[in-house]
Amino acid sequence: MSEIKLEKIDDNRWLLPQTGLMRVPGIIYANESIHDLLKKDESVRQVANVAHLPGIVNYSLAMPDIHWGYGFPIGGVAAFDLDGGVVSPGGVGYDINCGCRLLATKLSQGDIRDKIRDLTTALYTRIPSGVGTTGYVKLSGKDSKKVLEEGAGWAVKAGFGSAEDLETTEDSGAMSGADPQQVSARAIERGRQQLGTLGSGNHFLEIEVVQEIFDENAAQAFGLFKGQIVVMIHSGSRGLGYQICDDYLALMVKHQAETGIILPDRQLSCAYLASQRGRNYLAAMACGANYAWANRQILMHLTKEVFEKTLRIAPRELGARLVYDVCHNIAKIESFTVSGVQRKLCVHRKGATRAYPAGHEAVPARYRSVGQPVLIPGDMGTGSFILVGQEKAMQETFGSACHGAGRVMSRTQAIKLSRGRSISREMDDRGVLVMAGSKSTLGEEMPEAYKNLHDVVQVVHDAGIARKVARLKALACIKG
Amino acid sequence: MTLYKLIDHTADLGIEVTGRTKRELFTKAALSLMDIVVERKGTPAGVEEKALTVEGSDPADLLINYLREILYLFNGEALIIGKCDITKCDNKKLAARLFLESYDKKKHVMKTEIKAVTYHGLSVERSKKGWKARIIFDV
Repeated sequence: MSEIKLEKIDDNRWLLPQTGLMRVPGIIYANESIHDLLKKDESVRQVANVAHLPGIVNYSLAMPDIHWGYGFPIGGVAAFDLDGGVVSPGGVGYDINCGCRLLATKLSQGDIRDKIRDLTTALYTRIPSGVGTTGYVKLSGKDSKKVLEEGAGWAVKAGFGSAEDLETTEDSGAMSGADPQQVSARAIERGRQQLGTLGSGNHFLEIEVVQEIFDENAAQAFGLFKGQIVVMIHSGSRGLGYQICDDYLALMVKHQAETGIILPDRQLSCAYLASQRGRNYLAAMACGANYAWANRQILMHLTKEVFEKTLRIAPRELGARLVYDVCHNIAKIESFTVSGVQRKLCVHRKGATRAYPAGHEAVPARYRSVGQPVLIPGDMGTGSFILVGQEKAMQETFGSACHGAGRVMSRTQAIKLSRGRSISREMDDRGVLVMAGSKSTLGEEMPEAYKNLHDVVQVVHDAGIARKVARLKALACIKG
Repeated sequence: MTLYKLIDHTADLGIEVTGRTKRELFTKAALSLMDIVVERKGTPAGVEEKALTVEGSDPADLLINYLREILYLFNGEALIIGKCDITKCDNKKLAARLFLESYDKKKHVMKTEIKAVTYHGLSVERSKKGWKARIIFDV
């Protein structure tokens, strides 16, 4: 559908020339086959639209998992100047701090071979998932506020996990500047009921095995070994985040005319970072991010409990350890060198993962010699990749890499294609046990609906923004 | 009567709704949203009535704000719209009486989680036959 012509820069990058009211050009990370897929939807147009926003620095970027979203493309990265630039709730997304965390265990595949079904059933029973589920953790008014301020730290204090987990969580599981006063009563009410729930759609919890190691040194630093059992958790800020985004987007749409900014899409509505409205959004967004970190911390703790109980082993035998937790829907104030000058910028990552290199102070001390773990989940059948951030990401992509495989098929197309098939049985044949709340979710999320994860990851690896460390194969998956 | 037509969108879910009048368009859009989210089995239980007024800068903005309210009633208060009477509808303001039932696990099957009603690709247009809207939901 998109008629915009891209110019090839090299094997992994395409230039979207600056035209019309675009303030900067765009760069899309893609190989030839991903480039061909871009013609099918409106995502390239969306990269161009983002380039219209005031204060955008260098380029409007897109990672190789790029696909058509609303407002920003999914896989979009854009950085804005703090003085003349903007923040856009649509550039973060409704699911604020949607992200992934990887839990490593001491177990090998052989240790659980006969227990996969029991484990999956127990996880599916214990971890609330699906549309409209409520969690075990019911928050009082006072606690609601604390979750928003303290994030994963609140969950640790409440008995879900240990302080050590915070060391390997992006931003230690709490973003600064969170102000619950800026969050609506509606958002808080929705959040009160959903803490400790997985959600629906593409959110999941997967038992995986480390299948292949590409970088021994980094794998060792991350505590990963071949044949190891790990758990990948993908969830976000649930209804609380959706409501915060919705509230601020409505507010910004209403007052857009006052800013004098002309937008090609209302969904890109934004406020200047230096304005009160912009600051209020960032303070509310930080609350959403913190809630998501608390949520994933609780989900991980429940997972550990299920493993210990089902396998009848002590915590020491399970040896569960949080490898890392990354967010992939966020706007953050970070420092970068632009044309030789150190600048603080507001980086929007909408379906993109931070990928900091070795030596960066924001990388946990235990990983600082190799770089930040980058967690890339794929479709249900493929499993995931673990990468490590590279210096080139700081120079080219504001310290960012891709976040997943990226959809290639619409949900309606996928459901149509899955009609008459048992996706669950097909997954079983591929050695992946799937338990899902709804058949339509399985159809929507079938492997063919996604791009080839290997292709996406290879582009990021070859472009030099993040390097492959390990490949994980899915053994079991629970979904909403 | 078919309420809506699905539009293909890679990550999200889009619908096209038509109506002879703006009131009919808005009513059908609300019922379409409900149809995507939840399915009811059998007759409705107790019904409560609620008056709603919504404002917007133009018909498209008004429609989005109306659907946002309806989605919140479901997501935030577990209330499902069975029927809605739009009593007033101009380009910037709408008043409606909603007939709501509480979500009941035994009677309702959740279908799709809609995170939000987006402004992306939004259109509300007058056609020869009446009104037509295109809306994309984030799922």
